[in-house]
Amino acid sequence: MARAVTTRRKTINTVAAWAIGLLIFFPILWTILTSFKTEAQAINDPPLILFFDWTLENYAVVQERSNYMRFLWNSVIIAGGSTVLGLIIAVPAAWSMAFVPSKRTKDILMWMLSTKMLPAVGVLYPIYLLFIELGLLDTRIGLTIVLMLINLPIIVWMLYTYFKEIPGEILEAARMDGATLKEEILYILTPMAIPGIASTLLLNVILAWNEAFWTLNLTAAKAAPLTAFIASYSSPEGLFYAKLSAASTMAIAPILILGWFSQKQLVRGLTFGAVK
Amino acid sequence: MATQHSRSAARIMMAPAVILLLGWMLIPLTMTLVFSFKRYLPLRGGDLGWVGFENYVRFVSSSAFWPSVQTTLIIVGGVLVITIFFGILLSILLDQPMWGQGVVRILVIAPFFVMPTVSALVWKNMFMDPVNGLFAHLWKAFGAQPIEWLSDASLFSIILIVSWQWLPFATLILLTAIQSLDSEQLEAAEMDGAPPLSRFAYITLPHLSRAITIVLLIQTIFLLAIFAEIFVTTSGAFGTRTLTYLIYQRVLESQNVGLGSAGGVYAIILANFVAIFLMRIVGKNLDT
Repeated sequence: MARAVTTRRKTINTVAAWAIGLLIFFPILWTILTSFKTEAQAINDPPLILFFDWTLENYAVVQERSNYMRFLWNSVIIAGGSTVLGLIIAVPAAWSMAFVPSKRTKDILMWMLSTKMLPAVGVLYPIYLLFIELGLLDTRIGLTIVLMLINLPIIVWMLYTYFKEIPGEILEAARMDGATLKEEILYILTPMAIPGIASTLLLNVILAWNEAFWTLNLTAAKAAPLTAFIASYSSPEGLFYAKLSAASTMAIAPILILGWFSQKQLVRGLTFGAVK
Repeated sequence: MATQHSRSAARIMMAPAVILLLGWMLIPLTMTLVFSFKRYLPLRGGDLGWVGFENYVRFVSSSAFWPSVQTTLIIVGGVLVITIFFGILLSILLDQPMWGQGVVRILVIAPFFVMPTVSALVWKNMFMDPVNGLFAHLWKAFGAQPIEWLSDASLFSIILIVSWQWLPFATLILLTAIQSLDSEQLEAAEMDGAPPLSRFAYITLPHLSRAITIVLLIQTIFLLAIFAEIFVTTSGAFGTRTLTYLIYQRVLESQNVGLGSAGGVYAIILANFVAIFLMRIVGKNLDT
């Protein structure tokens, strides 16, 4: 029997949860609101909440002055490229570990996880040096490779936990019915694996989009993605809150939307399947 | 049922991932180790030969080392305490019946998706700025003198920013764990007259212990490496120079690669120490 919940208690829960939720969300809300103000209104005291002259001017100014689209494009290429590249390498690996496990499978998985724990700053100079030698410094391809490598363990792990859930009996049944290997992969495994691959893709685009150690240290003007572009606002000139807000809103909006779709996968991906 | 054939196919399928990660790990790690035993100043003479353990001794005995360890511990510890404490409370609240649960969840989880440079800059300027920040407006409204957050209360400010980013992570994982708790057990305890606090202490908390440990370990690994939040707020000034930031400064700002690499080796050892515990828990989970 489900517990009867009094309306009163439900009301208290609702009020408390909404108040805390809005408090936590407030900095984001405030950034979005400020992006529609003029610079003078942005620093007005008392602060203007809703009643100001809404303007889109800041978005135009940010694009015009800093060529925002180029940074956005860099972010898209680097985050998307590193994820796709990672998937191409990780899908076969996770596949074989899930369906043809050997005694060493577990050790290999654990070892992959351990590479993720390597502190980036410990290998900063070697990577920096290698990038200079190979002409990769401040290139999108260089950053794509690095982000692919740092996220590869998470991609393999997530895919592995998803593939592991595909029951092996289905494959055997298909084989009994005379399915060839090609048919088996095309008609049975692929459709069952697509949700897992999609979740992995989503989470890794988010992680790569927000990565802010290598993107800050390995790029300058050419290949800088949005993380580095926003960081350039840390030494501003004149009034800039509204413009900072507009730039920030554009940088986080796509990921906020993607992120809301990936809550569940986030837990699985970031705890390496330990919490589901 | 796995045949010899499928085994060798499996090995080939795994090879690219294994080889790439092996290279990614071994090549830079070996270079860091080699540099750490050298006097290596790229802008002032380059590679000046082997010096044994001198860099390791100098890194630890420099006046910046112990303060940076202390700063690291305060930031990591502060954020862990705040995120786990409020994460538990928040996850219990979010698990209660209410209207608009899905929307509240979305509001709470949102900060995790904000890129670190954005959240650091938004907090630094729009909230903590002593002249135009929202906190300054608020303080003035109550007739108080606005606080210079990032210089006078620098550690607290950084902890606040980082906690805001990581609270959603802790809450989401703890909430997932709470939702797997059998509600009949709680109901039975309630029927037997157990007050809410003991129901929490004897049923909910033990059930959460594994999830809490996982949050603790994963966050520690990420928090030891925070960089952007310090880079764009204080650049390591006002006592906010963590171990990670100190190594970064030695390597890229003062271009003392030997010294920085020795620091890097210390950081790697420290991270491994935490990682071992995490891997043990994750590994246990693999067997089931």
